[in-house]
Amino acid sequence: MSEYPKNLMYTKDHEWVKFEGKTAVIGITDFAQSQLGDIVFIELPEVGREVTQGEGLAVVESVKAVSDIYSPVNGVVVKVNAAVEDSPELVNEDAYGDGWIAVIEMTSEDNELLDYEAYARLVEEEGGH
Amino acid sequence: MKGDELLSTAKKTPLYTKHVEHGGKIVEFGGWLLPVQYAGILEEHHIVREKVGLFDVSHMGEVMVTGPDALAFLQKLLTNDVSKTVAGQIQYSPMCYPDGGVVDDLLTYCHAPDKYLLVINAANIDKDWAWMVENSKGYKVELSNISDSTAEVALQGPMAEKTLQKLTSFKLSDIGYYRFQDNIEVAGKKTLVSRTGYTGEDGFEIYCAAEDAEEIWDALMEAGKEFGIQPAGLGCRDTLRFEACMPLYGHELSAQITPLEAGLGKFVALTKADFNGKAALTEQKEQGLARKLVGFAVTGKGIARSEYPVLSDGRRIGTVTTGSFAPTIGKNLGLALIEASYAVIGQSLDIEIRNKPVAAEVIKRPFYSRKEK
Repeated sequence: MSEYPKNLMYTKDHEWVKFEGKTAVIGITDFAQSQLGDIVFIELPEVGREVTQGEGLAVVESVKAVSDIYSPVNGVVVKVNAAVEDSPELVNEDAYGDGWIAVIEMTSEDNELLDYEAYARLVEEEGGH
Repeated sequence: MKGDELLSTAKKTPLYTKHVEHGGKIVEFGGWLLPVQYAGILEEHHIVREKVGLFDVSHMGEVMVTGPDALAFLQKLLTNDVSKTVAGQIQYSPMCYPDGGVVDDLLTYCHAPDKYLLVINAANIDKDWAWMVENSKGYKVELSNISDSTAEVALQGPMAEKTLQKLTSFKLSDIGYYRFQDNIEVAGKKTLVSRTGYTGEDGFEIYCAAEDAEEIWDALMEAGKEFGIQPAGLGCRDTLRFEACMPLYGHELSAQITPLEAGLGKFVALTKADFNGKAALTEQKEQGLARKLVGFAVTGKGIARSEYPVLSDGRRIGTVTTGSFAPTIGKNLGLALIEASYAVIGQSLDIEIRNKPVAAEVIKRPFYSRKEK
């Protein structure tokens, strides 16, 4: 049973976003990590990189699959989670907490995010629970 | 996030409902619906290395070859010297095209000089069957594709013998490596048991009638409980064989890769009488190999994957055939087919990962070998 914290926003590509003032913390959802299986490598973006919504932000690799993580917002990467580089399993163990991936300082408010109810419906449509 | 595989018209093995019962995540592989994992690839990988895991390998194909010319036919068909096998012995061999490219790699089970069982890769069954039938012209042999009526499970890991011994009166320690015993009762069912596998661990492969597969599966899961048995999926089957550097058709071997290039020269008996590929392989050996298979460790950051380019000073010198995180070793390793002059232990290479060169170094194969008792 996947969780969908109510204080987060989501993308249809299974990223989550937590807004804190002008910044957005980004990670992948519990459903995403469970679909990927054991995560063994994460390629983080460089701090200072400008990203636009929908652009590749990071790469998450499980034993079998390579998956792109897309930026849910427009902005500049201001912080990355070095801990997941050394211990990628943190994303499996705590997708919404210690498994966060990057913090983006937003340059615009534009986004196409889903709230937790809409995201839960999307997961259900994709065969998750 | 993308990459979910679509389920199509693929076939179900006789153990399909067991996989669903055990929570297996089902994917399509070689035309079959099989579990890529149950508890998780890493956990299952370690269970097989340390305890015992049970795999459904019913997707593998089986072809019986019988008749007075069975041996002569196989000597023509296969690169290895089948005449060296005795009853109860198993031999690995590539099966080549005349140009030295590989049709498939397979196991030959010698029942008698006029009766052999060939075990072939699932994805190649139709192609292999056509090739075998075509090549059997002029030989007094009968070929019979028994793939659909035969189920196969692989019990792998250091506790495999103790697990299986609980279900049979046959003394399993009498079955040596790459040997088999036919007509053994396992859990009251008639089976063929061989000491073989695709994991680098000790273990057995058990062939049975499709209708007996579920009972044998359940009996093995129950017998192995005290040893920590778990069902194991295709995901760890691949990481286990990769660490042991066993080739996988479509990766280390293909119609475009010869067994010599893949480092399988010891399974090519160039001294025996004519066989498919003999002239081409003899010439390749005499002229020297232009490319060779190597093992490498990624020393920079990243995981090499199949098909990634291998570079040296920015110039492409080859291609990754398999790359993965190696769970037992704890490093990102790979196999690659590269220009022969670079195939030297300690050679620095770059693997092109997402358009960036990442440092790697040629290392010794296999990456993992189990300690003999």
